[in-house]
Amino acid sequence: MGAVMGTFSSLQTKQRRPSKDIAWWYYQYQRDKIEDELEMTMVCHRPEGLEQLEAQTNFTKRELQVLYRGFKNECPSGMVNEETFKQIYAQFFPHGDASTYAHYLFHAFDTTQTGSVKFEDFVTALSILLRGTVHEKLRWTFNLYDINKDGYINKEEMMDIVKAIYDMMGKYTYPVLKEDTPRQHVDVFFQKMDKNKDGIVTLDEFLESCQEDDNIMRSLQLFQNVM
Amino acid sequence: MAAGVAAWLPFARAAAIGWMPVANCPMPLAPADKNKRQDELIVLNVSGRRFQTWRTTLERYPDTLLGSTEKEFFFNEDTKEYFFDRDPEVFRCVLNFYRTGKLHYPRYECISAYDDELAFYGILPEIIGDCCYEEYKDRKRENAERLMDDNDSENNQESMPSLSFRQTMWRAFENPHTSTLALVFYYVTGFFIAVSVITNVVETVPCGTVPGSKELPCGERYSVAFFCLDTACVMIFTVEYLLRLFAAPSRYRFIRSVMSIIDVVAIMPYYIGLVMTNNEDVSGAFVTLRVFRVFRIFKFSRHSQGLRILGYTLKSCASELGFLLFSLTMAIIIFATVMFYAEKGSSASKFTSIPASFWYTIVTMTTLGYGDMVPKTIAGKIFGSICSLSGVLVIALPVPVIVSNFSRIYHQNQRADKRRAQKKARLARIRVAKTGSSNAYLHSKRNGLLNEALELMGTPEEEHMGKTTSLIESQHHHLLHCLEKTTNHEFIDEQMFEQNCMESSMQNYPSTRSPSLSSHPGLTTTCCSRRSKKTTHLPNSNLPATRLRSMQELSTIHIQGSEQPSLTTSRSSLNLKADDGLRPNCKTSQITTAIISIPTPPALTPEGEGRPPPASPGSNTNVPAVASNVVKVSAL
Repeated sequence: MGAVMGTFSSLQTKQRRPSKDIAWWYYQYQRDKIEDELEMTMVCHRPEGLEQLEAQTNFTKRELQVLYRGFKNECPSGMVNEETFKQIYAQFFPHGDASTYAHYLFHAFDTTQTGSVKFEDFVTALSILLRGTVHEKLRWTFNLYDINKDGYINKEEMMDIVKAIYDMMGKYTYPVLKEDTPRQHVDVFFQKMDKNKDGIVTLDEFLESCQEDDNIMRSLQLFQNVM
Repeated sequence: MAAGVAAWLPFARAAAIGWMPVANCPMPLAPADKNKRQDELIVLNVSGRRFQTWRTTLERYPDTLLGSTEKEFFFNEDTKEYFFDRDPEVFRCVLNFYRTGKLHYPRYECISAYDDELAFYGILPEIIGDCCYEEYKDRKRENAERLMDDNDSENNQESMPSLSFRQTMWRAFENPHTSTLALVFYYVTGFFIAVSVITNVVETVPCGTVPGSKELPCGERYSVAFFCLDTACVMIFTVEYLLRLFAAPSRYRFIRSVMSIIDVVAIMPYYIGLVMTNNEDVSGAFVTLRVFRVFRIFKFSRHSQGLRILGYTLKSCASELGFLLFSLTMAIIIFATVMFYAEKGSSASKFTSIPASFWYTIVTMTTLGYGDMVPKTIAGKIFGSICSLSGVLVIALPVPVIVSNFSRIYHQNQRADKRRAQKKARLARIRVAKTGSSNAYLHSKRNGLLNEALELMGTPEEEHMGKTTSLIESQHHHLLHCLEKTTNHEFIDEQMFEQNCMESSMQNYPSTRSPSLSSHPGLTTTCCSRRSKKTTHLPNSNLPATRLRSMQELSTIHIQGSEQPSLTTSRSSLNLKADDGLRPNCKTSQITTAIISIPTPPALTPEGEGRPPPASPGSNTNVPAVASNVVKVSAL
C-alpha cells in the first residue's frame, strides 16, 4: 500500500518536473530574459560637463561634485526612475508612507516628462530650490501643486497634495489624525490663497498671497545653507 | 534613516519647500552648520596599509566606530591619520561597506576573526548582503557546533548536580559516554542483543543426532538451555524498556518513536508465547510469531549511527524508490504477459498463467536466471532475451538517479529550510534596527527642544549639549520637525499612541464605537476602529479638553548616557526609571531636565514653558495622571 501511494506521489512530482529537454529550453529562455534586463539597465547616462552645469546652476564646482557623488552612488546608471526615487525619499520618513508625495515630487523634477530624472534635472531643480530667488521658488512650488500642469490649482489637486503630506506622518501621531484634518487644512489654505474665491488658485494669486504671508517668506529662506 | 542615502538629504530638505505654503505655523529653525567643513579626504592607516576615503563616506553610518567620534581615539597627531592596529584584509570589506552600503563576507576568511573585526568596528553582521549571507551563516553554524562539541566534552567531565535523577537517567540512555554506568549499560544491552540474535540463529541449526531419532535442531535438543537464554535476554530488554519509559521526558512521544516500537515488537513474542504455550491449535501462529524475534537485530540501530542514517535515507528517498518499484512492476507485467502468450503454444510449458510468468520475468530482469523456468518457443526465447536486456536498463538506470536525487533533494531541503529560518530571524532583527532609527528621532526631539530653548537663551552651555548626534542626524530631525509643523501633528511612538487611544476611549465610553479590531499587531485596544487607509477614526473629538483636564504632560529629557539611546525606552518607562537613572548620572556633566508642556489645542507648543537647565536634577513630584502610573519629574 505504501508503495502504491509512493508511486502515485512520485507520478505527480514527475509531471511537475519537466523532462530534460523542456527544462533546458525553459532555463535558456529565463537566462536570456535576465540578460536582456541586465542589458537595459546597463544603459548609462552621462551628464554634461562640470563647467556647463556650473554655468547653468547656482552651485559651485565643489558642490556639484558632492552632489554628483551622492547621485551616482544611488543610481550608477545616471538616471533615477520613479521607483528608485520613491525608495530613496521613503528612507527619510520611516514613520509613514512617503510614496505619494514622492510621486508628485518626481513629476515636478521630471520637467520633460520622460519618466526618469537625470542629473541635470536634479541639479537644476535643486539650484532653484536652494539658491533661487523667492519668485523662482514659489513658481516651482506652484508647479509642484499643479498636478495636471494646467496652470491652475483646484481643490482636488490641493487635497491630493495635502493628503500625501499627511500620509508621511504615519499612524502614530499626537493628536490623532482624523479623516477630515486634510480637508480642513485645504480649506484654510484656499481661504488664504484664493483671492477672488473662484475655487482655483492661479499663479499670480499664489505668488501674491505667499508674499503677503511672513511665515511663508521666512520658511522659504530656511534651507539656504543646506549645501 | 538609512545612512546610505545621507547624500540625498539636501535634496529631501530642498523638497520640503513644497510644504511651506501649506503650513499654518512657523517652521523651526534649521540646525546651524557651525563648522562647515569642506568634504575632506581622511587617511586610515590599518597596520601599515593606507586607505583613503571621504569623511562623508564614513559618516553615512554614524552608529559604527568609523562613522562616529569614536575614531578620534585612534587619531595620530603626528602623522594626521587614523591608525588601527587591525587586519587590513578584513578592513577592505569594512570600508567597502561604507562605500557601497553592502557588507560582503570573503570566503577565505575565518569566521571568528571576521566576527571579531565586525564587533570592533561596531557593525552588525545582519547587514551582510544576501549574496554572502548564506555562506556566513553556514560557517557560523559550523563554528557554533564546534564550540558546542567542545563545551559538551568539557561538560561531560564535570558533574551537573542540578539535573534530577530522571533527567540524568535519560541523558545516560541517550548518550552512553556521560558516565561509566551508562557505558556499562550500553555494552551490556549490546551484548545481550547479540546473544539473543545468535541464539535465534543457532536454534535452527541441526545439532547432531540423538540415536534413535532423526536430526534435531539445537533448539529442540537443548530446549531448556535455549529457553533460559531467551528468558534472560527478554528480561534485560523488558527492564531496559521500562527504564527508558520511566526516564523519557515525554512518555507519549517516546511510545510513538520507532525505537520503542522495535523494542516492543522484539519482546512481545516471548510474552505471547508464555501465555499460549499449551494450546496446540495456536502453536502454528506461535511459531510464526517467533519470526518477529529477528526484529531484535534492529535494536542495534541504537548502537549504530550508520544504521540510523540508512533508515533515514530510505525514508527520505521513498518517492524515488516508489517510482523504481512502479516502473519495475510495469515492465514485469508487460513482459510476463508477452511471455505467457508466446509460450502458450508450447506443450508442458511452465508458463501456466500470467502471474506464474511474473517469477520468470523478475528472475530474468534482475539477471538472476535460476533456470527453473525457461522459454521453449522461438518467440518466447526472443522475448526472453529482450526481457533480460531491458531488465539491466530498468534496474541499473534509476539507481544512480535515486542516489543523486537523494543527495540533491536532501541538500536542497536543508538549504531551503535554512534560508526560510534565517530570513525570518533576519527580518525581525532588521525591523528592530529600523524602529530604532525612527525612535531616534523621537528621542532627539526631546533633546532638540532643549537645544532650541538654549539657542533662544543664548547660553554658553550649548557646547555641553553634547552634539553627539551628527550634523546629518540633526538635519534629518529638523526635516521631520518641519513636517510636524506643516501638519500640526506630532510623531509619537506606539506605546504613547495606545495610551492616548485608551484614555480617549475611556473618556468617551458612553459614545458608540464600532468594535472591530485593528489588524495591526501592536494595537489591542478596540478604540481605534475602522482603519481606513492610514488614518484612525475616533468617534469623539473631545480630545483637547480632556487632555487639559487630566493629562498634565511632563516630558522628561531622556538621560543622556554615553551610549546610544536604547531602542525600547518609552516615555512611561523613562519616567519610571527616572529616580534610579538620575543618580548615577550626577557624576557626569550630563544635564537632566524636564520641560512641562501643557498641550494647547490644536497645536502643541512644547517650547511654551522651557526652563533653563540646572546642573543637577531637581526634586521629584508625583502628579497623578489618568490611566498611567507615571512618575513625573520636574525641574525647579
